[in-house]
Amino acid sequence: MIKNEKHIEDLQQIRSIMEKSTQFISLSGLSGISAGIFGLFGAALAYLRLKGEFVITKSLDLSNPYSDRSNFMNIVQMELDKDPTTDLIIIATLTLGLALIFATFFTFRKAKKDGNSIWSATSRRLLMSIALPLIVGGLFSLAILNHGLFGLVAPATLIFYGLALINGSKHTLPEIKYVGIFNIILGLINTIFIGQGLFFWALGFGVVHIIYGVVMYFKYDRK
Amino acid sequence: MKGIITNLNKAFENRIRLGIMSVLMVNEDVDFKTMKELLNVSDGNLASHTAALEKAEYILITKRFIGKKPNTTYAVTKNGRKAFQDHLTALEFLLRKNK
Repeated sequence: MIKNEKHIEDLQQIRSIMEKSTQFISLSGLSGISAGIFGLFGAALAYLRLKGEFVITKSLDLSNPYSDRSNFMNIVQMELDKDPTTDLIIIATLTLGLALIFATFFTFRKAKKDGNSIWSATSRRLLMSIALPLIVGGLFSLAILNHGLFGLVAPATLIFYGLALINGSKHTLPEIKYVGIFNIILGLINTIFIGQGLFFWALGFGVVHIIYGVVMYFKYDRK
Repeated sequence: MKGIITNLNKAFENRIRLGIMSVLMVNEDVDFKTMKELLNVSDGNLASHTAALEKAEYILITKRFIGKKPNTTYAVTKNGRKAFQDHLTALEFLLRKNK
């Protein structure tokens, strides 16, 4: 029956428009890959910094060690120089910044190619639903840092990031939910192995992103 | 058989109207520009079809100004939601019947 084909097409169109109008589908796989590479790179930098291979900032004032300080104060200063927290925050911020910039760039490029606008009702909804858990998680991590519970920072960031992705997944291609689930699982396992945060970070923000990006690239982008 | 055919709503026969209703079923309210982009239709085309749906009391058109820019948003009415769901049920029923 010819009528039947029209009905099937009608239903297919309804379905596709409902999806298109609620999901931001231009998230590029390359965004995931680049974020993952920066994640690994950042983890490597942090590892080298912790091993003391290089130093970005010296803690407190960089006063001249040959000044009139007592010998004791110099030793205190040297000990403080070893505190890597500031350096690690700088590395983490740089990593996050670069990952975001490149992820936005690749997604922008894909949206342009698909003829979608990157600033739409759906992309706004996606951003809002990701932003809320991310901001809460960020503040919570700062509180953890403030209390000196360094071992919990990596689990907290992984868990809140995972929750953010799951929250956002209903507004975009649904596969991103799995990235969220893996990050939460890694974060929870990390709470057992406190002190191995860097390793779990590299797995969660690095490896999981790269795998996700490659899968998405071949599934959607290459068409 | 006759009863089923009358369930297919004439107001939704047109693809653009079907599209407008589909968007509004899953979004609380949608503005003119977003709707235009989603359905890939011209201004005039969209205006005439939304006007027809408004006349049938299936959608609500809200016109207001944001600053100096006119802003038109669409939302589905209770009647419209019911009518569209009936239409979908009828479509599905027909397809199953004619298999």
